[in-house]
Amino acid sequence: MAEIISGWFPENVSSFGGEIDALFRLILYVTGAWFILTEGLILFFLLRYRRREGRRAAYVAGDNLRQLAWILVPCLIVLLLDLWLDFRGAEVWAKIKGQVPPSDFHIQVTGKQFNWEILYPGPDKEFGTADDVLMENELHVPASRVVRVILKSKDVIHSFFLPNLRLKQDAVPGRAITAWFEATKPGKYPLPCAELCGFGHTGMNGWLFAHSPEDYAKWAKQQWP
Amino acid sequence: MEAQTLTSQTPSGKIGVWWFLASEIPVFGGLIVSYIVLRLGGAGWSEASSHLNFNFALANTFVLLTSSLTMVLAFAEVEAERPRRVGNYLLLTILLGVLFLAVKGFEYAGEIGKGFTPGAGIFWSFYYGMTGLHALHVLAGIVVNLILYLQALSGALQRHGHRVELAGLYWHFVDVVWIFLFPLLYLT
Amino acid sequence: MNSTSPNAESVAHDAEPGFWRAYLFSTDHKRIAKQYLSVALFWAVMGGLTAYLMRWQLAYPDTEVPGWGFIAPDFYNMLVTMHGTIMVFFVAMPILLAAFGNFLIPLMIGARDMAFPRLNMLSFWVFALASLVLLTSLFVPGGAASAGWTGYPPLSAKPEYTGVTWGLNLWLLALALEFASFLMGGVNFLTTAINMRAPGMSFFRLPLLVWMELTAAVIFMLSVGPLIAGAVMLLMDRVVGTTFFLPEGGGEPLLWQHLFWFFGHPEVYVILLPGFGLILEIIPVFSRKPIFGYRPIIYSTIVAGALSFVVWAHHQFLSGMDPRLAMPFSITTIIISVPFALIVFAMIATLWRGSITFSTPMLFAMGTLSVFIFGGLTGIFNGSAPVDIYIHDTYFIVAHFHYTLFSAVFFAGFAGLTYWFPKMFGRMMNEQLGKLHFWLTFVFFNAVFIPMHVVGLGGMMRRISDPTQYEFLRPLQPLNQFITVAAILLLLSQLVFVVNFFRSLICGKVAERNPWQANTLEWRVPSPPPHENFDAIPVVYHGPYEYNSSEAAVDWLPQDRRVTTGAATR
Repeated sequence: MAEIISGWFPENVSSFGGEIDALFRLILYVTGAWFILTEGLILFFLLRYRRREGRRAAYVAGDNLRQLAWILVPCLIVLLLDLWLDFRGAEVWAKIKGQVPPSDFHIQVTGKQFNWEILYPGPDKEFGTADDVLMENELHVPASRVVRVILKSKDVIHSFFLPNLRLKQDAVPGRAITAWFEATKPGKYPLPCAELCGFGHTGMNGWLFAHSPEDYAKWAKQQWP
Repeated sequence: MEAQTLTSQTPSGKIGVWWFLASEIPVFGGLIVSYIVLRLGGAGWSEASSHLNFNFALANTFVLLTSSLTMVLAFAEVEAERPRRVGNYLLLTILLGVLFLAVKGFEYAGEIGKGFTPGAGIFWSFYYGMTGLHALHVLAGIVVNLILYLQALSGALQRHGHRVELAGLYWHFVDVVWIFLFPLLYLT
Repeated sequence: MNSTSPNAESVAHDAEPGFWRAYLFSTDHKRIAKQYLSVALFWAVMGGLTAYLMRWQLAYPDTEVPGWGFIAPDFYNMLVTMHGTIMVFFVAMPILLAAFGNFLIPLMIGARDMAFPRLNMLSFWVFALASLVLLTSLFVPGGAASAGWTGYPPLSAKPEYTGVTWGLNLWLLALALEFASFLMGGVNFLTTAINMRAPGMSFFRLPLLVWMELTAAVIFMLSVGPLIAGAVMLLMDRVVGTTFFLPEGGGEPLLWQHLFWFFGHPEVYVILLPGFGLILEIIPVFSRKPIFGYRPIIYSTIVAGALSFVVWAHHQFLSGMDPRLAMPFSITTIIISVPFALIVFAMIATLWRGSITFSTPMLFAMGTLSVFIFGGLTGIFNGSAPVDIYIHDTYFIVAHFHYTLFSAVFFAGFAGLTYWFPKMFGRMMNEQLGKLHFWLTFVFFNAVFIPMHVVGLGGMMRRISDPTQYEFLRPLQPLNQFITVAAILLLLSQLVFVVNFFRSLICGKVAERNPWQANTLEWRVPSPPPHENFDAIPVVYHGPYEYNSSEAAVDWLPQDRRVTTGAATR
């Protein structure tokens, strides 16, 4: 079952993506059970109590607590399940968006119509210095390291979306929003914009290059010889 | 003779106007809350506010408060069944409303002359947005009162005296909105 | 005198109104309802057309759309924007609130008309003006609004970001007029229900549809204000140079999102509740049973309405707002499932031990219920903030809200239209065609939107015009094409309804007063009801759902029929 569900998603290469996927599966099981129960009951009642000659419907108005218990108790179960799912979700949310883990790898990503401008601070690890390197649509990072992304926008709202890393965060003009991820597997992954940003929204598509440590060192050497 | 409908004690017109006002509160409420939230998070608002003409606004506040009084008096004359005086008080209310708008226009002209256009900064956006929307409401109130005044002149208002009360509810609401806007914009 | 209200003079008493008064500037609530319905059905065709164009482009990008031509990316953005705007504001609200509310509230509460018939006429004409402005905005130079139906600034706030000038200004104006129209309508609904009920029609004898329409009207009136303010602010940013939403002038783009969604989420319930109201009338009639839990349903509706004011930021988990705000909104969002679960359970319980007839309205009612359950359950995924990180702004969301809104607008709308058609037009609709229409709609609807969830989980973003430009979306293309084919078939299936509608209008079987043997007051007057509805204002003795009550010999008991043996008051 879990494999079928995973097949719907792009490959997960995020340190926290597994938790999002697990939460998705949990909600799917819970809601799936309710789906089968409610739709099943509807179908069963429709067939079982379809009109037949000589049988009258029962007068059941649900106007006393004994009868109402049949719908109130399920509602109570819904409420408890809701709260359970919420508390499970709160932990995952706090981990991903609540605090950013310590990182020594910072990158500034600026959305503009219709590209991602990616600013590397260079060996001095400071933005606004001479060794900064600016690239369009190419985000190079080492795998297995926490990457801190400072998101900005020059014009309209864009949304930084890394499907394989289960990360999405809007980039809002006038703000610097921090996000983070850690790629667990080297590779080349898509980086589209997920918020309508104008006529060139389609095709605002960058790439994340998660390098193995050796490859990253090689790439960095080329940029900062 | 047929059965009476299940009417409440309150006439329909009054219920309608109250619901209308209830839906107007969130309009100005949305603006005012936005203003407060943004202002708490930013600097430079008080400096911008100090360029407003406080004396004009204070005078305008009295004008509007007085117009509420004349509106109340108009309805009092409806109840006292003195139609000519109803018309006179309505006319006075209209003139005070026009005076308010004239002073407001004079203020706008002065501010724009000093370079404080709607695009001069976020305070000015809110200033023009809030007072402008309020001024439109004053204008609408003047139009309503003008129609009532013409009806008073033609004698048509005698059968529909309750309309003065309904217009009054709206006029007081517009007045109350100004009571909120005045300190928020001018006194801070 | 039929009313003590001082406004009763405005109820027209002329028996033979002229052509203009009868058809165009009518103050008769039934006529006005049909006017709303006609305009909304026109917009539904436009909404369907936009859906067709978008779906074709998504399945076969950059090929000529049959019957249209090529679709450029900026035109695609206009389609996205117009589809949402049209369907929410110019189809859903006019059908569910204005048409059904206007037609049914006075009839159901035993009134001759609305409390303010002329205001009612004005509401319609302001709505017609809004329609005209929106229609004009499609043809002005620079094109129509293209910033999405949510119109997020800065994209919407500066013409150079979209290239759209007057199109977007007119779009804002059309929305403002539409809001003004529905505010007037809301005032009318509420005043009518408070002041015009027939003797004996206490609040807890009102049909649930009336409750739902009223709750929807209250929610609308109390939530739309901030967006009206927002629309004024956005228009000022565009036209007079203010900087409410532009950071370069000290403004705040997120402010719009708060103002929009403070209205936008309650708006969902403004649409859902009347949809529920329609099927809550239909289910008891075709089950020959009282609705299960009449009062708990009313209380749930009020709770859901109140909760809808504190869930809005679940649309903004990823907007850059403080992440600590996400959890409170996630909790309120998921908890709002409880009152809706209660209503759904109550509907299911009503079927239990009923005597169920599968007429077209009942089929559509069951379609509404089963489809809504699906949409409600997928809402739990979106309401969970961590899961939303991945599925936000993907087709999963698109599929989710079509499950909820399509069920309320179209399934419930068709249920209502087929059920009240005899009352509205005096003729019966064809049952065979009705059933055919239901099954085609039901099958193709699911064929469109179930796969759409999978496309969304594959990562496909909303509002992109060409999925093949993204390597990772190419494997999903066959599914996209399947969806498009199913969507075209879904649209074509609606022709069955069009045929049935007009055929029945002209040569349907003449309807009697009460073809479904229902209890509520609208079935006690001729079909269609005359001007001013009732010969004499009825006196109400029962709740609306006394089916198979032991007090009556037959299996229904009209609200105004007095039973002499024993007090039948509930």
